[in-house]
Amino acid sequence: MKYLVSVIDDGTGRATPTEEADIDAFNDRLRTDGHWVFAGGLGSPDPATVVDNRGAEPVFTDGPFVEAKEHLAGFWIIEAADLDVALKLAADGSKACNRKIEVRPFL
Amino acid sequence: MNGDGVREVIIRTHHEEWARVVAALTRRFGDLDIAEEAAAEAFATAVERWPADGVPPNPGAWLTTTANRKAIDRIRRESKRADKQREAQMSYDEPPRPAGAIEDERLRLIFTCCHPALAMEARVALTLRLLGGLTVPEIARAFLVQEATMGRRITRAKAKIKATRLPYRVPGAEDLPARVTGVLAVLFLVFNEGYLASGPDTDPVRRDLTAEAIRLTRMVRALLPEDGEVAGLLALMLLTEARRTARVSASGELVTLDEQYRDLWDAALIAEGHRLVRDRLASGVAPGRYQILAAINAVHTSARDARDTDWSQVVALYDQLVRLHPTPIVALNRAVAVGELDGPEPALALVDRLRDQLAGYHAFHATRADLLRRLGRPQQARAAYDEAIALAGNTAETAYLTRRRDQLG
Repeated sequence: MKYLVSVIDDGTGRATPTEEADIDAFNDRLRTDGHWVFAGGLGSPDPATVVDNRGAEPVFTDGPFVEAKEHLAGFWIIEAADLDVALKLAADGSKACNRKIEVRPFL
Repeated sequence: MNGDGVREVIIRTHHEEWARVVAALTRRFGDLDIAEEAAAEAFATAVERWPADGVPPNPGAWLTTTANRKAIDRIRRESKRADKQREAQMSYDEPPRPAGAIEDERLRLIFTCCHPALAMEARVALTLRLLGGLTVPEIARAFLVQEATMGRRITRAKAKIKATRLPYRVPGAEDLPARVTGVLAVLFLVFNEGYLASGPDTDPVRRDLTAEAIRLTRMVRALLPEDGEVAGLLALMLLTEARRTARVSASGELVTLDEQYRDLWDAALIAEGHRLVRDRLASGVAPGRYQILAAINAVHTSARDARDTDWSQVVALYDQLVRLHPTPIVALNRAVAVGELDGPEPALALVDRLRDQLAGYHAFHATRADLLRRLGRPQQARAAYDEAIALAGNTAETAYLTRRRDQLG
């Protein structure tokens, strides 16, 4: 089963070199143990653009779709047998990147 | 066997076997809804058949077999929606797993219901529903919420279990202590809601809830006999429950510990609680929170008269508890014990320091009121009683505080 493991940034900004190194080590472990699917870091939500083409014309709006103090700073997509395995990995991931994390299953 | 006899057997079997049947079906079908509905149907069938056909020689096995058949029927009926996985689970029996230290199905179910990924309220509701066999209206009534709200809570928790693939298993040895703490917190919450029912419209003591909490804790104790905190929580519940009858007067007023008629205490429960506490002390393992609370209650229940209470030991135990579990409520209870040992003045100084944290807690004001009364400061005591009454939810407690206030003159 696949889980989206989202990294929540609450204003701490970009990862420090130490955090980068810890994240790399954690990624290596995910690959070695067969949990790795995909991962990526995201830029700040400031330059985001919201696109809505449900109407006659596409509408482009500057800024993120929701204004919040906390934002998505990156994510892992992992393969895990069940929620307990996913939560344990997420706990290690939270430690590695030094951020809060949200775990959600794929449908 | 006559009709009453059969009914009694069914009630007893429900108590003893419900959790086991639900657990066995959950293991087989991997779906809490199917397990629960099939178990309920099997019990309904027993209610119908047993009075006419007689009680089967092994009621538990009969129920499991019947429930299994009901579950398969249900899945067949819904076969258009059923996925292949379920069909597969119907057709083969799982190979026996290696016998671990913990293999009881009910224990898996407890850890599933009390999973830390679920909201505390959902854990309580699921535990009472899937292990206790209580209905949604019963659980809603117990926790004073709308039936629909409680129903949604349970549905949402089950949906989360399914969608996130929250596993049906006992956590590994390294996670077990942390997870047991959560299980005990759920059981203690159920017990406390029963012992000090929070609503203005309920009985002051909900015997059904305290009994259920004790029954489930006994179950956990049988499954984890080596866990000191499980024993401690059971002892704490037994020693508290033992005083239940003495705790509310005929007129529905709270009777405080020092005024209780101790002959009304349940000697058998006290003996069992004391035995558990002694066993834990003899183990030599450092006690946790529940064991210390049980030991405090053992000191109280050892005194034939309130005046004989060994308050220095109570304070010493609270000192130990403060180090382990430094919450303002523990500090408040410690202050009460200090008030008995050293007098109301030093106790009041300790209590007043807790105002910022406990200003919204009725017991804080009730404690202050009592200390101020003993210090001969009736006006301040009255104000404190008023605050306590405004915050108290338990009917017996409100009645007690009101009388105390009105006696100030």
